[in-house]
Amino acid sequence: MKAIKEKHSLAMRWCHWVNFPILTIMIWSGMLIYWANDEYKITLFGHTYVRFFPDWYYHLLHIPSRLAEGMAFHFLFMWFFTLNGIFYILYTVISGEWRDLVPNRHSFKEAFLVILHDLHIRKMAPLQNKYNAAQRIAYTAIIVMGVGSVITGLAIYKPAQFYYLTWLCGGYHFARIIHFALTLGYVFFFIVHVVQVILAGWNNFRSVVSGFEIVDEKPVSIIQTTPKDETTS
Amino acid sequence: MRQPVKKTKKLKKELTLDQKINRRNFISFTTFGVLGATAYGGWRWLYTSPLEMPGITGGAHKPLRRALNKTELFFRRFFSNNNQVRTYPKSMAAKIVRHNSDIGADGKFDVTAWRLQVNKITGEKLAITIDELKALPKTEIIFDFKCVEGWDQIQHWAGVRFIDFVEHYQLHDETRLDYVGMETPDKGYYIGLDMPSAMHPQTILAYEMNDKPLPLNHGQPLRLIIPVKYGIKNLKRIGSISFSNQRPRDYWAELGYDYYSGL
Repeated sequence: MKAIKEKHSLAMRWCHWVNFPILTIMIWSGMLIYWANDEYKITLFGHTYVRFFPDWYYHLLHIPSRLAEGMAFHFLFMWFFTLNGIFYILYTVISGEWRDLVPNRHSFKEAFLVILHDLHIRKMAPLQNKYNAAQRIAYTAIIVMGVGSVITGLAIYKPAQFYYLTWLCGGYHFARIIHFALTLGYVFFFIVHVVQVILAGWNNFRSVVSGFEIVDEKPVSIIQTTPKDETTS
Repeated sequence: MRQPVKKTKKLKKELTLDQKINRRNFISFTTFGVLGATAYGGWRWLYTSPLEMPGITGGAHKPLRRALNKTELFFRRFFSNNNQVRTYPKSMAAKIVRHNSDIGADGKFDVTAWRLQVNKITGEKLAITIDELKALPKTEIIFDFKCVEGWDQIQHWAGVRFIDFVEHYQLHDETRLDYVGMETPDKGYYIGLDMPSAMHPQTILAYEMNDKPLPLNHGQPLRLIIPVKYGIKNLKRIGSISFSNQRPRDYWAELGYDYYSGL
C-alpha cells in the first residue's frame, strides 16, 4: 500500500531553488572578475598541472574584458546569496531540521559504508532517516562552504574595513585563493549532486519540488540494511 | 462584531491517494514552473537592461549602477579612520613595483615646470612645488596595494599625508565638502574621492617609492597613494586637486566601474 511521506519542508525547497540560479550567477560573474587577472594555477616542482582556464573556454562563455560588468553583477547578487543563506540557516536551526542534516557521531563511519554501497561494492547501506550519512556530511559541508564564501568574500571586498575577517582568512591574497577554491568546490559538488539525483530517480527528485515522497507503508526492504543499536531514532 | 460565517459543509468525497498525489504534484510543479519562468524573465530583463546615460558614471546597466550606489551607501557605514590597512616591514616590499597603466601620465612631460595646482573654493589657486611638499612632514607606508583586476603587491611609498597637506595649506573649508577630485596635468586621467576616504590617515601624496623619487612610469613627481581604494583611484602624476559637493569626474566610473571602489 503506497502512501505519502512528507520529506522536504517548503522553506528548504524554496532556499534550494532560489540558491541554484543565484549561485550560478555568482560563479559566472566571479569568472568575469577572475579573467582580469588569470593567475591561479597548481604548480608542483616547477611543472604547472592545472591552469584555470584555457582560452577557448573563456571565449566560449564570452568572458573576456567584462571585469566591470562582472563586479556589478557580483556585488548585487551577493546580497541575495547571503540573505537566502541566512534565512536557510536560521530556519534550519529554529525548526529543528538541523537534526536531520548535521552529521552525528555515527556519520563519518557510516558515510564510508554509504559510499561503498553507492559504488556497488557493498550490498547493504546503513539505516537512515531523511538523509544518509554521506548526505549529512555533504549537505552540511556545502552550507559551511557558503558561509566561507561570504566571509572570504567580505574579507577581499572590504579588507580595510573588515581587516579582522581578512586576518582570519590568512590575509588578502590567501582569502582570495580560498574564495576561488570554494567555487571549485561548488562545481565539484554540483557534478556529484546531479549524478546522484539522476541515479536516485524521480521520486527523490520530485520531493525537492513538491515536498513528499511516495513510500510503501509496509516496506518490503529491497536494500538490506545493517542492524544498528537502538540508541538513535 | 461580525458573526463568524457558518460553515456549510458540503459533503465532499474524500480524495483518493492518487488524486491527492496528482493534486499536490500539479500545484507544486505549476508553482515551480511559474516562479522559474518569472526568475528567468527577471534575469533577461536585468541582463538586457539599457546602459545608464553617460555622465559622471557610465557604461553600466542602469539597475546595476543603482545597486552599486546603494551598496556603497551601506558599506560606507563601516568606514572608519580607525580601520587601517595592514602595514608590513620594509623588507617585504617589492623591489620591482608592478606597473599597469600610463593613462594620463605618458607623453612628453617637463618635471621642472610641474606645479601642484590646488583649486580653493574661494576661487584662489595655489601652485605648489615639489620641494615645498618635501618640506612637510614625510610619512612612509608599506602596504598591500590592491588592483581591481585582482592582483596585490606589497609596496613601499612615502610622501605627505593628505591630512597634513590639508592642515598646512589651511584647506579646512574645502574638506567640509563631500568630494575631492584629482586630475593629471594633461587631464587624461582623473579620479573622484569621497572626503572620508581622502581624509583617511593613510592617504598619501607620494613622491618616493622604495626610498627614491618616483620614477616616470609611477607618476613622477607626485602621485596619490590611497590604500582604502583600489589601484584605479591611485592617480599617477597629480596635476590639480579640487573640491566639490558633487562627484567629480572619474575615469573608470565612466567605464562601468563602481564610483566608490573602496576597500
